[in-house]
Amino acid sequence: MSVGPRRFDVLIVGAGHGGAQAAIALRQKGFGGSIAIVGDEVDPPYERPPLSKDYLAGDKPFDRILIRPAAFWAERSIELLLGRRVVRVDAEAHRVETEDGAVLGYGQLIWATGGSPRRLTCSGHDLPGIHGVRTRADVDAIMAELDGVTRVCIIGGGYIGLEAAAVLRKFGKQVTLLEAQDRVLARVAGGPLSAFYAAEHRAAGVDLRTGVTVDCVERGAGGGLAVRTADGGTYACEMVIVGIGIVPAVAPLLAAGAEGGNGVAVDAWCRTSLPDIFAIGDCAAQANRFAEDAPIRVESVQNANDQAMTVATLIATGDVAPHAALPWFWSNQYDLRLQTVGLSIGHDDAVVRGDMAARAFSIVYLKRGRVIALDCVNVTRDYVQGRKLVEQGASPPRERLADASVPLKELL
Amino acid sequence: MPMLTVTTRDGAVRDLGGQVGLSVMEAIRDGGIDELPAICGGCCSCATCHVYVDAADLALLPPMTEDEDDLLDGSPNRTDRSRLSCQIAVFDGLRVAIAPED
Repeated sequence: MSVGPRRFDVLIVGAGHGGAQAAIALRQKGFGGSIAIVGDEVDPPYERPPLSKDYLAGDKPFDRILIRPAAFWAERSIELLLGRRVVRVDAEAHRVETEDGAVLGYGQLIWATGGSPRRLTCSGHDLPGIHGVRTRADVDAIMAELDGVTRVCIIGGGYIGLEAAAVLRKFGKQVTLLEAQDRVLARVAGGPLSAFYAAEHRAAGVDLRTGVTVDCVERGAGGGLAVRTADGGTYACEMVIVGIGIVPAVAPLLAAGAEGGNGVAVDAWCRTSLPDIFAIGDCAAQANRFAEDAPIRVESVQNANDQAMTVATLIATGDVAPHAALPWFWSNQYDLRLQTVGLSIGHDDAVVRGDMAARAFSIVYLKRGRVIALDCVNVTRDYVQGRKLVEQGASPPRERLADASVPLKELL
Repeated sequence: MPMLTVTTRDGAVRDLGGQVGLSVMEAIRDGGIDELPAICGGCCSCATCHVYVDAADLALLPPMTEDEDDLLDGSPNRTDRSRLSCQIAVFDGLRVAIAPED
């Protein structure tokens, strides 16, 4: 008698926020079938946002950023298959294959693999001393080298790069930050916010340069590194940190025939085009109500959690409303607490509310007069009250929005 | 180890040990109670770790920051006993109840 592959009623691929939350929520909703999470890292699920903040700063040990204590998973009969990467999906046979050749069967598959950090492709991209910031291993490697580092060159002025810059300045490192676009946060925020954060980082001592593209990384004198840029610049350093976005980890699903490209396409219930396969989190492209139903990937913990909840509820109860959660996000740099609600992409107007010089203000993003998003810096009140403006697509008078003495809740 | 008493949404009462230096949110999570999403991980950026503190214990807690106050204002379930559990440290004898889901 032959023994078939191990089979799980729900197999979750990816042990990040989405995968962990899907398993937790399945059990919360009373799902009694077998569940396994396959993850390519060796650690049980942990929070990623602290990697570029408290964890890098040494303010929180690893145990405190675990999504659940290590014993939790066994207590809930959730099997963790760690240190294993899924490389092939056979949708018809309902099986996946891992890099080590093992085959796992499933009833339903939840693909929650997130993305791999985009790497440099230029010459010298693989020199020792060049790091990404996506996993615990990445950050442990940075921390292990930091003592011998005086100068750090950060490539990429997105949230990861800026947060890392803030922590490294706190450590007293000389930090250069190179951004290819003409402003930092160009992909995610409006011009005024970019200008504000660039000024804050410069005031904190970061040598921040925009419109600069990297040509290559070379070994510098005395064992260091040198980053050469297209404009002829050379930046000597001992460490390079690359934060230039992620590439969604969907190749095995696309190879199996799932629709997609930049991420795997999912419907409002996070179902892919393949039977019994869902996708959630950073790797899933879904029509988003807060982006005029454009199919987009949202890279955030909130999105991973909410999509996980949608899928878990559907599997456990068969009954759930389509996913339409309001996007929100946060970033902590220095003593600046940024809270974002909505998606500012496609805005045609941005109203500054409050005093940027006083480092407490909000930017309200409008499209055709309707509020689509807010970036709130050190003004939690606007973030909380602004959520409802975004949810309802309110269109308050511009001058009232700009008047920080008018509470946003009065503008509904 | 300080003891924390937690009432879950179904009314069950659980005693948990909590390590000194941990927040109430972390103690609840580590104690195996699943009812707090605590999505931001405890950095006071959401309001998904909302609890009600026992009336007798309220005065023993440090006052809330403006941020915590503003975040709680976004909850329809706020009462005068509301706190965000990521913002309060565990102490022996503290009693809290998990607030309803917003």
